[in-house]
Amino acid sequence: MTEPLLEARGVTRRFGHVQALRGAAFTAYAGEVVALIGDNGAGKSTLVKTLAGALRPDGGEILLDGRPVHLTDPVDAQRLGIETVYQDLALAHDLDAAANLFLGREPTRFSFLHVLDRGVMQRRAAEAFDELGIRLPDMSAPVRQLSGGQRQCVAVARAVAWASRVVFMDEPTAALGVVQRKQVLDLIRRVRDRGVTVVLISHNMPEVLAVADRVEVLRLGRRVARFTAADTSVEQLVSAMTGGLDQEGAA
Amino acid sequence: MTTTAVSEETTETGRIPALLRSNTVWTLAVLVALFALFAVLKPAEFATTFNIRNVATDSAILLVLAVGMTFVIVTAGIDLSVGSVLVFSGVVAAKTMVALGGTTAGWGGIALGALAGMGSGLGWGLVNGLLVTKARIPPLIATLGSLGVALGLAQVITGGSDVNRIPAKLANAIGYGLVAGVPWLVIIAVLIAVVFGLLLALTRFGRHTYAIGSNAEAARRVGIKVDRHLIKVYALSGLLSGVAGVLSLAHYTTTTIASHTSDNLSAIAAVVIGGASLFGGVGTVAGTVIGVLIPGVLRNGLIILGAQRFWLDVAVGAVLVVAVFFDQLRRRARERR
Ligand SMILES: Nc1ncnc2c1ncn2[C@@H]1O[C@H](COP(=O)(O)OP(=O)(O)OP(=O)(O)O)[C@@H](O)[C@H]1O
Ligand SMILES: [Mg+2]
Repeated sequence: MTEPLLEARGVTRRFGHVQALRGAAFTAYAGEVVALIGDNGAGKSTLVKTLAGALRPDGGEILLDGRPVHLTDPVDAQRLGIETVYQDLALAHDLDAAANLFLGREPTRFSFLHVLDRGVMQRRAAEAFDELGIRLPDMSAPVRQLSGGQRQCVAVARAVAWASRVVFMDEPTAALGVVQRKQVLDLIRRVRDRGVTVVLISHNMPEVLAVADRVEVLRLGRRVARFTAADTSVEQLVSAMTGGLDQEGAA
Repeated sequence: MTTTAVSEETTETGRIPALLRSNTVWTLAVLVALFALFAVLKPAEFATTFNIRNVATDSAILLVLAVGMTFVIVTAGIDLSVGSVLVFSGVVAAKTMVALGGTTAGWGGIALGALAGMGSGLGWGLVNGLLVTKARIPPLIATLGSLGVALGLAQVITGGSDVNRIPAKLANAIGYGLVAGVPWLVIIAVLIAVVFGLLLALTRFGRHTYAIGSNAEAARRVGIKVDRHLIKVYALSGLLSGVAGVLSLAHYTTTTIASHTSDNLSAIAAVVIGGASLFGGVGTVAGTVIGVLIPGVLRNGLIILGAQRFWLDVAVGAVLVVAVFFDQLRRRARERR
């Protein structure tokens, strides 16, 4: 393939006694859906947070378009067109869906007073949800009152609405019912077709093979295998995750 | 989860519950009921301009403290130091005014004194904010510390006795003066409530205050400068305590060092009765105004009914607990899970 869009090399990160990432590598190409899989605690969320600027790595390199980047906070990543659906969703539960969609990027009027432009927020939020086929029973209700799946939809909509290059989705379908899950998977394809790279973390192997172009496998904080989805079976993925296969050696 | 098709009619009827869901409407109803009750029981004494003006004046200074406290509580913080900072600021303002002419000081001296007082309040607020954000000390402990230090220093400065030689002009104008029958104290407090109420409800600053109280980590991840924002919020609470210190000086014409030990709890009670959650993310200044007035009206009404003084605290304490209890019930009924 061509030059990678986003690349991580030898990323390390420790939490107290836990070495969550031990020289993890990761590659994403422009306009693809790449799945990042691995067992619980393999370090997937940690790796995504470092690539999204939410967590600073102890060591290693992150490259965008082949150039090293230093992401000191999530805004750095957002400026580069990178958005994230965090596993914990990172929503402000006392605010409504539109407020969450625009959190930190609220349009304002009377420039120096910074009065919120609620009209614009409501309208553009409604458009964003419509586009994704998301219907909320009450747009003015605090997110706390939505179901787990509806909340997940809000988080997905926020990331997709702002991303121009890469969207990380950390288990975006975990709390979803059959219909919503299918909608999110369709959405992932649509986002990819718009030219935005989607990095999908999921424990659902059939789902991964259905939507991803490529699959990268993380085990104990390292990348152990890469696959092209089209010619890979669930058995191969499981074997890579659980230790039966290590393509990249213990270099 | 369901894919509820939202029809026009459900969004229409959604508006009425939204109004009934609002805490403010219910607390306002309680205030009106309380007022009506006393007005019926003691019309000649309670429902008079004179008495209503008294209640409003007595509530004005507490309202200024409670407005700052609303912001702090919405961020899921707490500020126990407001009463001490009020005293400290009052002492600094008084000392400055005494140095600039005492009882006969002109408006220039008064203005400088007031600025010194408000500056001290702002300073204490900044200290609280830095302790909470940079030193990572929990707000309860950080502001408990400044509560002690500010009150102690106020006593060190004054040698333990109140400063009395307050400019007569200040006392006569701001302290007792009326504009069209409304005390200056009330006008200032209402202006502060309106300005900061709008700030909290309508601006980006307000929105970020709610976001931080809802989920500070989420706020951080969308790029809100959480520490800087919290410092501003504690600074605001300190500044308003300083303003309250100057107002108190004008009204009582003395520093009243010993009489503000429970101001912090009164302000917190007002904010909570007004519908704010101590877990953060919820609360409005409109609610806080009502939360200040309910105990104020209750105290005043009970005094007029001839209740023993000790019963006032019993009644106010009970109202706080009952208010929070019903609020919890309504919240639980509303939440789906
Ligand atoms: N903030 C943290 N503090 C301490 N330990 C952490 C923290 N975040 C992650 N860890 C540890 O790092 C390791 C990797 O965690 P991570 O969340 O990245 O796993 P994951 O692959 O996303 O797992 P899952 O599939 O369960 O979401 C785990 O052992 C976890 O306990
Ligand atoms: Mg995870």
